Amino acid sequence: MKPELSRRSFIQLTTAATGGLLISLYLDKSSVLAQQPPPPKVYPPDAFVHVRRDGHVVITVNRLEFGQGVQTSLPMILADEMDADWSKVIAELARAEDVYKDPLFGIQMVGGSGSIAHSFQQYRELGAKVRAMLVTEAADAWKVTPDQCRTENSVVYGPGNRSARYAELADDAAKKPVPQSVKLKNASEFRIIGKRVPRLDSHSKCDGSQKFGLDLDLPGMKIALVAHPPVFGGHVKSIDDRDARSLDGVRDVFEIPLAKGSAVAVVADRFWTAKQARDRLKIDWDLSGLEPADTEQLFAKYKQLATTDGNVAINRGDAKAMDSVPRANRIVAEYEFPFLAHAPMEPLNATVKFEGDKAEAWVPSQFQTMDQAVIAEVLGLKPDKVTFHTEFAGGGFGRRATTDSHIPREAALIAKRFRGTPVKLIWSREDDVRGGYYRPMHVHRVEIGVGRDGMPVAWRHVVVGQSLLAGTPFAMMIKDGVDETAVEGTKDTSYNVPNFRVTAHHPTVNVPVLWWRSVGHTHNAFVMETLVDELANRAKVDPIAYRHKLLKADAKKLHSVLDLLDQKSSWRKTLPRGRAAGIACHESFDTAVACAVEVSIENKRPRIHRATVAVNCGLAVNPLSVESQFQGGLGFGLTQLVEKGAITLKDGHIEQRNFDGYAPPYIMDVPMTVDVHIVPSTEAPTGCGEPPVPVISPAVVNALSRLTGKRYRTLPLKTV
Amino acid sequence: MFASIRLLTTVFVLALFAITISLAAKPDRVNTAAGLAAWDQVYSVLVSPRCINCHTATNYPQQGDDRHRHFANVVRGPEGFGVPGLNCMSCHQESNADSTGVPGGPTWHLAPLSMQWQDVNDRPLSSAAVCRAVTDRSKNEDMDGPSLLKHHAEADLVLWAWNPGRRPDGTMRTLPPISHQEFVAATRTWVEAGTPCPKGR
Amino acid sequence: MAKYRLTVNGSEKTVDVDPSTPLLWVLREELKLTGTKYGCGISACGACTVHVDGVATRSCVVPVSLIGKREIVTIEGVASSPLGRAVQHAWVEKDVVQCGYCQSGQIMSAVALLKGTPSPTDKDVEESMGGNLCRCATYVRIREAIASASRQIKGAA
Repeated sequence: MKPELSRRSFIQLTTAATGGLLISLYLDKSSVLAQQPPPPKVYPPDAFVHVRRDGHVVITVNRLEFGQGVQTSLPMILADEMDADWSKVIAELARAEDVYKDPLFGIQMVGGSGSIAHSFQQYRELGAKVRAMLVTEAADAWKVTPDQCRTENSVVYGPGNRSARYAELADDAAKKPVPQSVKLKNASEFRIIGKRVPRLDSHSKCDGSQKFGLDLDLPGMKIALVAHPPVFGGHVKSIDDRDARSLDGVRDVFEIPLAKGSAVAVVADRFWTAKQARDRLKIDWDLSGLEPADTEQLFAKYKQLATTDGNVAINRGDAKAMDSVPRANRIVAEYEFPFLAHAPMEPLNATVKFEGDKAEAWVPSQFQTMDQAVIAEVLGLKPDKVTFHTEFAGGGFGRRATTDSHIPREAALIAKRFRGTPVKLIWSREDDVRGGYYRPMHVHRVEIGVGRDGMPVAWRHVVVGQSLLAGTPFAMMIKDGVDETAVEGTKDTSYNVPNFRVTAHHPTVNVPVLWWRSVGHTHNAFVMETLVDELANRAKVDPIAYRHKLLKADAKKLHSVLDLLDQKSSWRKTLPRGRAAGIACHESFDTAVACAVEVSIENKRPRIHRATVAVNCGLAVNPLSVESQFQGGLGFGLTQLVEKGAITLKDGHIEQRNFDGYAPPYIMDVPMTVDVHIVPSTEAPTGCGEPPVPVISPAVVNALSRLTGKRYRTLPLKTV
Repeated sequence: MFASIRLLTTVFVLALFAITISLAAKPDRVNTAAGLAAWDQVYSVLVSPRCINCHTATNYPQQGDDRHRHFANVVRGPEGFGVPGLNCMSCHQESNADSTGVPGGPTWHLAPLSMQWQDVNDRPLSSAAVCRAVTDRSKNEDMDGPSLLKHHAEADLVLWAWNPGRRPDGTMRTLPPISHQEFVAATRTWVEAGTPCPKGR
Repeated sequence: MAKYRLTVNGSEKTVDVDPSTPLLWVLREELKLTGTKYGCGISACGACTVHVDGVATRSCVVPVSLIGKREIVTIEGVASSPLGRAVQHAWVEKDVVQCGYCQSGQIMSAVALLKGTPSPTDKDVEESMGGNLCRCATYVRIREAIASASRQIKGAA
């Protein structure tokens, strides 16, 4: 059973548990494994596989499905080793349970592009164990040895014409001991892994039947909306709720505490009633003593800071080498990146039903273990008294993995007043756009000394931006004043610059920030890849050839994707007038990506005619899914280029409200075609959720620079 | 020249002037100067956001008093009604939807490109240019003076400008600078003067 | 509160709601047709798209009081037409969906597009689908699915 989680022990648990997350993101694999407690060796197969009498094989997925495709890919892995009939596989999302924790991270979660990377071995072993138990059962019945049997499509075949369906064997096979170790297939024996397998959730998502968290409908359920302070951290001074309460169907209006400040909850029978009631609230807010964050002022401050050395992230070679480079041979570049909202299509929500000594929760959650613990804490329960259902999520991109579980926390605070009644908290789109937890804004200032051969000899790089980890249970992960999430992709670049220095400043700003799909790589890759392209241009060397030359020899994955990209993007050589190609490559989450785009300028905006992508993600478990992730991930990455791709603040207030002011890419903003090419590999699979994101924006901007001769260092792009 | 008079003269005085002229004078005796003054009033309405936002020269409508491009990539379409998957009537109903802040009126649509009252950079055209367009029967759906008067007096989407409903935040949309009655009166004066247009580009 | 008789997916339904309630919430909360999604509430994302007398309509901004006698078709009913089936089939065939949340609206917009323009050009697709946001950015496959559905309906005609 789980240990009792007092508030104090909760913090300990989360720091320890999520320490794994951060370690794995920033250190190499061997040190991760060295620092992690060994994952439990034996998972009970019955927690993951249920062979039904009707022949269906129900496989439990230990992750949230929010578009990345694990609801298909993880069952593929298990079914392959199990030799299950794929056409009869049904996938289910797991509740929050210890057994479903990420084997590496130690909590149940999706993040760090780890779903396949961390559960590949786990799901293979599970499948092989179940298969072994079924085979043993058949062999025993036939009085033969298991190695005289073979399996295919949910059937065990024995000597002679003997055969038995898994469904017939399952009940007795389940009584067999779970084998401690099993032999796994050779890659050549895979029948499902490595195939382009269509998603299991396609039909339900095309006919309206797929239920997401927001679609949950329980008897007697109430809907809650929350009026949040107009400036982060504000407190409710007084509430005039007479108008709000006069509406038919309003059940209650009350103040709830927030992690910082307080807010007003409105509970009603229906969404529209709750929304109208919230609109009618007159709230007097206490905003005294709060820093009114202001984008313009922050950029000015950040730029000032960027001219000074920050805390050292890396210092290789001679920091003074720059001084010997003549000024004419130096590039000085200053970059601006705004706050960005994740804005998943399904608005944030959580449903909680509190029943005194227990509770039930339905949350589209990337962080089940923590969300469950927070709900329990609010309700004064042990976590195992909170039955936590993982609901399908309409996107997330990091937004459903918050360090303070603030959405489930609000839901629990409200549900606590409605004992016995399920309450669904909905954050309207306005709440989401204005609610904080953004990709932090950043300024980069880079000075590069270029040698006579056109290669960089000295590189001084200052990154300024809020720490994602400061003030969270992960603050202990900040090393020597540097939050690794701010410098990932720069500090650990595979480009070989002899004298290389990256430092960071992390100002404190009154705006909550959060990891945004691919985290620090969003801005770091943009800076690195636009500058390397500028260097290639300056050296008059092909951008792919230049990158090969600048990359360390042991950056094998990056070299492999550049090679493949070069082969697959021969269209670069025959572009019509008015079009240019742009290149970028980047490695993140152990996956290397190279991308070429064909761009022209239409109505002062980039028009991306096509993208060609080369990927090295180790073994591609489901190449169709990898292709989709890359096609879509490029589009997501373009959030930082589109005209309305910025959250800005004026005097503490968010200037955007909804998708009218903060508009992510629409269909015409993304490449018209994307062809994805995967480097053949039998190495362990690595993530594909985040790695597509970093490459696209620099690739597009590099093409634009070739068209116009201008440099684009302020995002979002206004006019070209 | 007349544009500057318009700038220097209050709308109220002009309105009274126009109404007086139109009531007092017989059609053939209304002088051109009064007609032009009345046109200035008409023009002030045509270039107000409630009207000009749907008289663009581009492939999109505008919205708001700052006349920004309509959000969500709304386009004109071949007939000014949008396109099959994204029609004006995808959102704009037969009447205003005040609870959601979406304006509406019968057959909500964009004016044809021939009736563009702004340039491709979204700047309003001059009084003279708008007047020429409005009076050009090859561009204005073959409307003569009386038809224009009837259009200004009765057309649903013209009337909408004085009943534009609430914004999404619940506040009322701003109205054209003069009342509908004044607008019709000014149009009448202008029509009775023979729809004179200011000189110039 | 007021009673409204609505024709939804071919059957008559009576609801008793505040007249200002957007059709979206009547469909989702009163009629339990949750395939139609709430994404923004201001008609900027298209997740709530349904057909009202055949017109692709953003149900999140249309108060139920303005529907009148017009017939409503939602994602749950779109397969009753051969075109609707063809589009759904193409969506599955091309493995379009990721998180899937926006896809009801995408499909409803695509059906309206193909009904009006059976052989759409790239520009037609961009314009008709231009108001439907997909945060997973499945747009490349949406284009492929529309092209596939277009071929299919032409083949059938």
